[in-house]
Amino acid sequence: MEKIISGKNIAVNEEGYLTDFSQWNKEIGEALAKEANITLTPRHWEVLAYLQESHKNEIPLSIRKVGKSGVVDIKEFYELFPQGPLKTATKIAGIPKPVSCI
Amino acid sequence: MKRLLILGAGTSGTMMANHLKHELDQEEWEIVIIDECDTHYYQPGYLFLPFDLYAPEDIQKPIRDFIPRGVNFMHEKLDKILPAEQRVISANGDSFHYDLLIIATGTKPAPDETTGMLGKEWKKSVFDFYTYDGALDLRNKLREWEGGKLVVHITEMPIKCPVAPLEFAFLADSYFKHKGIRDKVDITFVTPMSGAFTKPKATAALNHLLTEKHINIIPDFAIERIDNDNKTIVDYGGSSVPFDLLVTVPTNKGDALIERSGLGDELNYVPTNKGTLQSKDYPNIFVLGDASNLPASKAGSVAHFEAEILTENIKRYIAGEPLKADFDGHANCFVETGNGKALLLDFNYSHEPVEGEFPIPGIGPLRLLKESRMNHMGKMAFRWIYWNMLLKGTHIPFVSAAMSESGKHYDK
Ligand SMILES: Cc1cc2nc3c(=O)[nH]c(=O)nc-3n(C[C@H](O)[C@H](O)[C@H](O)COP(=O)(O)OP(=O)(O)OC[C@H]3O[C@@H](n4cnc5c(N)ncnc54)[C@H](O)[C@@H]3O)c2cc1C
Repeated sequence: MEKIISGKNIAVNEEGYLTDFSQWNKEIGEALAKEANITLTPRHWEVLAYLQESHKNEIPLSIRKVGKSGVVDIKEFYELFPQGPLKTATKIAGIPKPVSCI
Repeated sequence: MKRLLILGAGTSGTMMANHLKHELDQEEWEIVIIDECDTHYYQPGYLFLPFDLYAPEDIQKPIRDFIPRGVNFMHEKLDKILPAEQRVISANGDSFHYDLLIIATGTKPAPDETTGMLGKEWKKSVFDFYTYDGALDLRNKLREWEGGKLVVHITEMPIKCPVAPLEFAFLADSYFKHKGIRDKVDITFVTPMSGAFTKPKATAALNHLLTEKHINIIPDFAIERIDNDNKTIVDYGGSSVPFDLLVTVPTNKGDALIERSGLGDELNYVPTNKGTLQSKDYPNIFVLGDASNLPASKAGSVAHFEAEILTENIKRYIAGEPLKADFDGHANCFVETGNGKALLLDFNYSHEPVEGEFPIPGIGPLRLLKESRMNHMGKMAFRWIYWNMLLKGTHIPFVSAAMSESGKHYDK
């Protein structure tokens, strides 16, 4: 599937997650944040960078992992990205939605 | 004489002892298995005990009854694994050398991970059913409970048998119906996931059942704490859900032994190669069942499929041959839906549960992802299969370790 994000054709899945991280840049991030009614601050960007780094190193992400990362605690993570912070933040970061292990 | 040491004599460890007994040369290899318990609990029975559907004696037997002759069972609590020295130390100071180690210490609820869970309402109006004691205490509570707000809750993922909380909600619906007090009970299912299950097709089927049974669902709820005074669970986002009776599945964690040994991730699960079941850090350590960090369901059926592949890999390792990366994440779970019915899920790492027939394509007799009485018979038969076939490592007819794609109705 494709979607126009900040004027560009971007490959996404049914839930709107980018399927090709190389298409991601800060403008795309800003546009996706806007869709989620979030205004990105430097704090948000630090968290997003951490998520992207974890993804690159194939570290499976979970709320607990983020909370123990030293980058942000769970409370603040929820303040930055209300309602399902991991789902929202990974979408803005252009990485896949973490699969909750079953 | 070389020694193969198995840590934990639960579902996985017991199966491996039975498999390897036949496969290893007894002149060359001694097999030792250690557990701190001397009772083997049939954990799937914890779902039925609270509703008086099983009695305590149905779900426990002596561990020794399932350890084959020639395998040495030691009843000891394990303190530490010292991989560099190829040794394991028990709590009373005994030291066990090993040439090959299989970690099968499982996972268990850790209610202390959530603020307020072990507060003054614990075992008064806050219960868990993932332990034998928890399930029994809950049975006694349900026998006398007269109704109100029942909240069935998952603290965080992953948990073992991820469908069990949902099954609990379904069984509660039929339990209160039979008691004639369903109209006095309001059932809410609260989960950190975005729906009833993680995979789309199964979620749709299960959401439908929740609606049909008048069970409310609150998804995406990440619990911060339990407020014992107001009897509510509170989410990090600030929302809260009131309860009169909370049945929660606490955070599940691998045993503290793994943490003490420096072998685990943040939930004490051992990083494991998902195809070969070998530890990522030490070639002579293998991990089976709930103790690993595999992205597969933590379930007895999964451990059963893993055990067949692990047996093969242990033989290869001993013979100095390359390991087979054959484990595909195959899981097969009955989901009890109440009123004598159940549905069945069969899936793996790459294929989500879909509709179809199982185990024989086009015939069944079991139906995938659809409620039926036959599936319920399957779930009930599972207890017999568990005690008489699964633990003994007997191959279950028609059901192979690698998931079969035939008989399943995938989208084209
Ligand atoms: C409510 C419920 C319902 C379930 N329903 C199903 C179902 O329908 N189908 C299904 O397939 N699975 C089901 N399961 C899951 C299944 O029971 C587990 O996945 C399975 O038992 C895992 O086996 P295991 O050997 O890895 O761990 P376990 O069977 O838990 O064994 C671990 C063993 O290690 C021992 N141990 C741990 N630490 C130490 C230590 N430090 N020293 C000494 N010994 C130690 C323990 O005493 C235990 O005996 C259910 C589980 C629950 C809780």
